[in-house]
Amino acid sequence: MRPTVADARTSPVIRVQSEDFDVAAEIAALAGGRTDIGAIVTFTGLCRDEGGRLAALELEHYPGMAEGEIARVAQEAARRWPLTGLVAIHRYGLIRPGENIVLVVAASAHRRAAFEAADFMMDFLKSRAPFWKREHPREGGAGAWVEAKDEDEDALGRWD
Amino acid sequence: MSVKVVYFAWLRERIGKPEETIDPPAGVTTIADLAAHLAGLGEEYAYAFENPSIVRAAIDRVHAKPDAPIAGAREIAFFPPMTGG
Repeated sequence: MRPTVADARTSPVIRVQSEDFDVAAEIAALAGGRTDIGAIVTFTGLCRDEGGRLAALELEHYPGMAEGEIARVAQEAARRWPLTGLVAIHRYGLIRPGENIVLVVAASAHRRAAFEAADFMMDFLKSRAPFWKREHPREGGAGAWVEAKDEDEDALGRWD
Repeated sequence: MSVKVVYFAWLRERIGKPEETIDPPAGVTTIADLAAHLAGLGEEYAYAFENPSIVRAAIDRVHAKPDAPIAGAREIAFFPPMTGG
């Protein structure tokens, strides 16, 4: 379901989906017909092949909690910065190298708030949204679950 | 009091099922108590909870700390540290 512009303006748009997203279409849906936005920052996270080693990543998620947790992070971002729009989309399922995993679009009147809100969203999504990555090696066989990095947890301290 | 318990990622694989209904015995009142109770249910559970300090939990789909009380919970989840984004 495509979010309407009115949705994005009044409250964050959160989607957890298996299908891909279109970054340009999400920007257009957020900003189309508006004259109050002075800055849009987007972050797109993609699947890498780790030097040719990976055939795909499999993303498991906790349905119901994933949406709610991203919404909580988005509400906190909207409380901290004067945003005029915020979109967060996270995919699940099998994702191949070069494909999109996650999108954050933050809009504001001025650039600083948009940059900081997008950065904040990604730091908290990585450590708070219930998603787990498993590697599918090109050589076949059962791949390993990706281990959480201490630096991701440490990054949350930037926002205290 | 019975409660639905759900598992994700390698906890789900180690235990061998995605969810089950548990009747916690008297004295099991927190997330940490429940994790310790589950760890005693068999070797697959002991393996899943062998390092309880890294296992994360949620009560009714909201993050919960080890000392969080489980009374009244409808759904309790256990899972590894998250690796999305």
